[in-house]
Amino acid sequence: METVVFYVFAALALAGALMVISFKNPVSSALSLVLTLFSTAVLFVLLLAHFVAVIQILVYAGAIMILFLFTVMFLNLKPESFKFESKHLGFKVSALLVILLFVGYFASLGFKKGLFLSNASVSEMEGFGTVQGVGTTLFVDYLLPFELTSILILVAIIGVVIIAKKRAN
Amino acid sequence: MNISIEHYLVLSAVLFVIGAYGVIVRKNLIIVLMSLELMLNSANLAFVAFSRALGDMTGHVFMIMSITVAAAEVAVGLALLVSIYSHRESLDIDILKLLKG
Repeated sequence: METVVFYVFAALALAGALMVISFKNPVSSALSLVLTLFSTAVLFVLLLAHFVAVIQILVYAGAIMILFLFTVMFLNLKPESFKFESKHLGFKVSALLVILLFVGYFASLGFKKGLFLSNASVSEMEGFGTVQGVGTTLFVDYLLPFELTSILILVAIIGVVIIAKKRAN
Repeated sequence: MNISIEHYLVLSAVLFVIGAYGVIVRKNLIIVLMSLELMLNSANLAFVAFSRALGDMTGHVFMIMSITVAAAEVAVGLALLVSIYSHRESLDIDILKLLKG
């Protein structure tokens, strides 16, 4: 059962990711990205990360994608503004090869270290991935990074306001 | 056959490759930002998979931090995008090769 669910949603996530980078229209890409993020949330549930899965759907597939769609609608793009001359085939192939080289290098390093961990031992651990468990970890062990996150958000708000204000002048 | 952590890591690596390819190859600025989201999301999947394998919830906390960073990045990126579009009437990233505003 778990195997079937994993393969179905992994295939959906890959299909969504491929559609994101192949559609011309940004709205279609945004909706494909929702498919990928939702499938990833299902995989999080398989990994016993229930709280994180809910956060993924609420924040990522909800708020961030609304932001993307809102911006596309706000810009009021004409159909001809989606038409760019695409890059050369040689550029595409060489970009893909360089990425595969880097990712393959790090993946081979990881597998050479022998990361063959079993995931059977923690399945009975109490409170793993629940709101209580994640909350305890977040507010006891990682309180300072959590507070620093608020500074990051404050900086982002100030930056966005300044950029928008400059446009209005 | 049982699903092990390697399955999730391979899926995460493939999603990362697709996202990085989109960032480099696509010319539409909105789709470049979406491909960045894809890369961050694949890193989140690896965090949660390791968290499950090690029985440690630190990965979940890192994933929440990473979502926060992604939200801030998208907000600033889209504000820049709106500003660029109102200046240049185009979303082609290749017109942004001058540092002059």
